[in-house]
Amino acid sequence: MANRKASRAVDIAPRSLAEVRTETVECDLLIIGGGNAGCFVATEAKRLDPSLRVVIMEKAEIMRSGACSAGMDALNTYIPEGKTPEDLVRWSRAQVGGGPLREDLALSNAEELNEAIDDLERWGLPILRDENGKIRYRGKWDISIHGEQLKPIMAEKAIEAGAEVYNRVVGTGLLMDGGRCVGAMGLGVRDGLFYVFRARSVVVSTGGAGTLYKSYTADSTDSGAQIWMCPYCVGSGYAMGFRQGAELSSLEQRWVATRTKDFCGPVDTISVGYKAPIINCKDERVMSRYAHLGGDAAPRFIRANAPMEEWLAGRGPCYCDTRNMAPELVQAMMTDYLNERPSFVLFLASRGQDVTKEPIEIYGSDPYIMGGHTMGGFWVDMQRMTTVPGLFAAGETAGGNPNKFVGGCAAEGKLAARGAIAYMAAGLETPDEAAVSAQVESEKARVYAPLLRGKDYDGVTPTEMKERLQRLMDEYAGGSSQFYRTNEERLDYALRHIKMLQSQFAYLKAADLHDLMQANETMDRVDVAEAVVHHLKARRETRWAGWQTRSDYPGRDDANFDCFVETRRDPATGEVTAFTRPYEQLVPGDRFKA
Amino acid sequence: MPPRILTEKCNGCEGLPESRCEEACPGNLMVVDAATGKARCRCTRDCWDCMSCTKACPRAAIETRIPYQLGYHKASLRPIMGKEHITWKCVDIHGVETTYKYRNRLAVAPATQTDKNA
Ligand SMILES: Cc1cc2nc3c(=O)[nH]c(=O)nc-3n(C[C@H](O)[C@H](O)[C@H](O)COP(=O)(O)OP(=O)(O)OC[C@H]3O[C@@H](n4cnc5c(N)ncnc54)[C@H](O)[C@@H]3O)c2cc1C
Ligand code: SF4
Ligand code: SF4
Repeated sequence: MANRKASRAVDIAPRSLAEVRTETVECDLLIIGGGNAGCFVATEAKRLDPSLRVVIMEKAEIMRSGACSAGMDALNTYIPEGKTPEDLVRWSRAQVGGGPLREDLALSNAEELNEAIDDLERWGLPILRDENGKIRYRGKWDISIHGEQLKPIMAEKAIEAGAEVYNRVVGTGLLMDGGRCVGAMGLGVRDGLFYVFRARSVVVSTGGAGTLYKSYTADSTDSGAQIWMCPYCVGSGYAMGFRQGAELSSLEQRWVATRTKDFCGPVDTISVGYKAPIINCKDERVMSRYAHLGGDAAPRFIRANAPMEEWLAGRGPCYCDTRNMAPELVQAMMTDYLNERPSFVLFLASRGQDVTKEPIEIYGSDPYIMGGHTMGGFWVDMQRMTTVPGLFAAGETAGGNPNKFVGGCAAEGKLAARGAIAYMAAGLETPDEAAVSAQVESEKARVYAPLLRGKDYDGVTPTEMKERLQRLMDEYAGGSSQFYRTNEERLDYALRHIKMLQSQFAYLKAADLHDLMQANETMDRVDVAEAVVHHLKARRETRWAGWQTRSDYPGRDDANFDCFVETRRDPATGEVTAFTRPYEQLVPGDRFKA
Repeated sequence: MPPRILTEKCNGCEGLPESRCEEACPGNLMVVDAATGKARCRCTRDCWDCMSCTKACPRAAIETRIPYQLGYHKASLRPIMGKEHITWKCVDIHGVETTYKYRNRLAVAPATQTDKNA
């Protein structure tokens, strides 16, 4: 058990690959990404079998990493007394407009949910309770917490359970034996070492993919990472699996949310938690326009898209009307923000804004791929194994099962740990050593190439390529500047330029190790973006306006698209193909109602 | 201009194998400059404003600032970390100060309730 601390940054300028040292680590279970889900994979695996060697490869430092770095103010799902896991699945299904969704996954997750949250409370997370000791619900399913310490609490437990954490090692590629996953490789961003983790099974839990699209606040100045999602989760987990042929599901169902304007802060905190209604510039209640779809309780994508539709119709800006909030409520709301997105409180202070006099402005976010919110991620079986044997996925990285959030990602971490343990128990063949070392050499060459080219090389910086991609995705693949709309021709244009970017990986250069990490992140972003565009192209209908809007197919087409859209990339040729899988309703009831 | 280093307060976390702000940043943005011995942010444009570095600094040498393109000069928000509490002091551009203090950890019995099944 150990949290292996990183060193201070070192400067290395290798002149050849031979100067780059390789560090090999052997383990039973490798977890790529020690975030919310990853920490639960580790604690569960060690609980079930303390003799297992469990290693976490973490890009950041595990105490403050990923979505929960700054903390949380709520757990969006916890099944209240009198409600069942089936009820939660019905709610989740209605939130995504009746699906399709993987009800098998959703149900097994729901059955595990409360126990995972009870774990968090036992570990020291303050969950707010009323005077009778009953958990305080914020809405129908979400409960309030003082979660500033949520990430350190989860991380400490993973370490205490006996996981070994390699901090500041950025996963770049999987290690394969034939078609099966036997580990992963990564870049030591502080020490410059190339890490090779040999494992009997691997869980990928690198979170979702932010920063594929341009954010409207990214005005080439200091606000380039002012997005809602953690900007350091760039989709590397998806990219690593996709390049080795793991099937991706539902990436076209992007996560777009209503967020505070100019500073991408949460809005549910205000609109749900404090019942501050959404209004437009004419003081009209926006959601009353959607009364037939549930009004304030309309599916999430409708609520997310509603303020943007007001802007389009010339009725923006829109606000959360906080003007009637009592001072105690304002204090409680600010406390919530301090727990989750503290700098939003600083933002309001830097606008000199008194929210009881001036309402909080809201707008749509840039789109993200997040299998813990919407459904984009790996296609997994009930054990959470992807279509690549030995490779499991949990949290935002696993697809098909939306509305997981903190509790669901934790629960799924446990399920993936159990799946991986069962897989290892079945007995595994020893990998072919010659094939493994060939992969290590070729991945090392790929990963370090930008650094070997050096900063003076007349090439392309990681930031330049990232920004080229972000503009492309924003304007052609339905970003916020386009009010999330796209069409066949724009998507074809995006694909053509993504191919150009891929062919220009050969010009990427890096000045130091941090830059080298960014060069690899950028390549991952481009590969994930390619998958996203294929997904958007394949769904020739509009099922979840805002999350997925096709201007050339504005209606829902149940005859052809009440199913999952999938993609697979051929590991040999790099060619991407899209196909569908059928939806199966398992939980009875009206799909559109909770 | 997210993290702003108060160089008179920063000592580069002298003596520690890794500086606290460098350790905390989820984006690997903080680094102690070899020439000056002081912390700096590699690229303020890439900062998420998560305030992890600000919370972690033992010398209160980091201030988080909202980029000017988004918010005016100058407001401040200072976290003061206790063992089971956190206190925040916020001053807005008009000089109005507000303090928030609350519990951020429950006391947990030692030698762990980690695991009731163990
Ligand atoms: C601002 C914000 C507010 C939210 N508010 C709430 C809320 O109030 N309630 C709620 O229930 N949910 C909320 N959520 C959602 C919730 O936080 C996420 O759904 C959940 O925590 C995601 O867990 P995860 O493990 O999948 O990803 P993460 O916790 O993000 O973990 C991913 C991990 O992988 C690491 N990583 C990434 N790439 C690599 C790589 N290449 N190699 C190695 N490691 C890598 C990252 O550093 C990180 O540690 C919020 C999310 C955000 C961003
Ligand atoms: S943590 Fe504080 S004192 Fe230490 S290097 Fe960073 S800014 Fe300086
Ligand atoms: S605020 Fe967060 S993202 Fe920005 S430098 Fe500090 S720790 Fe890093």
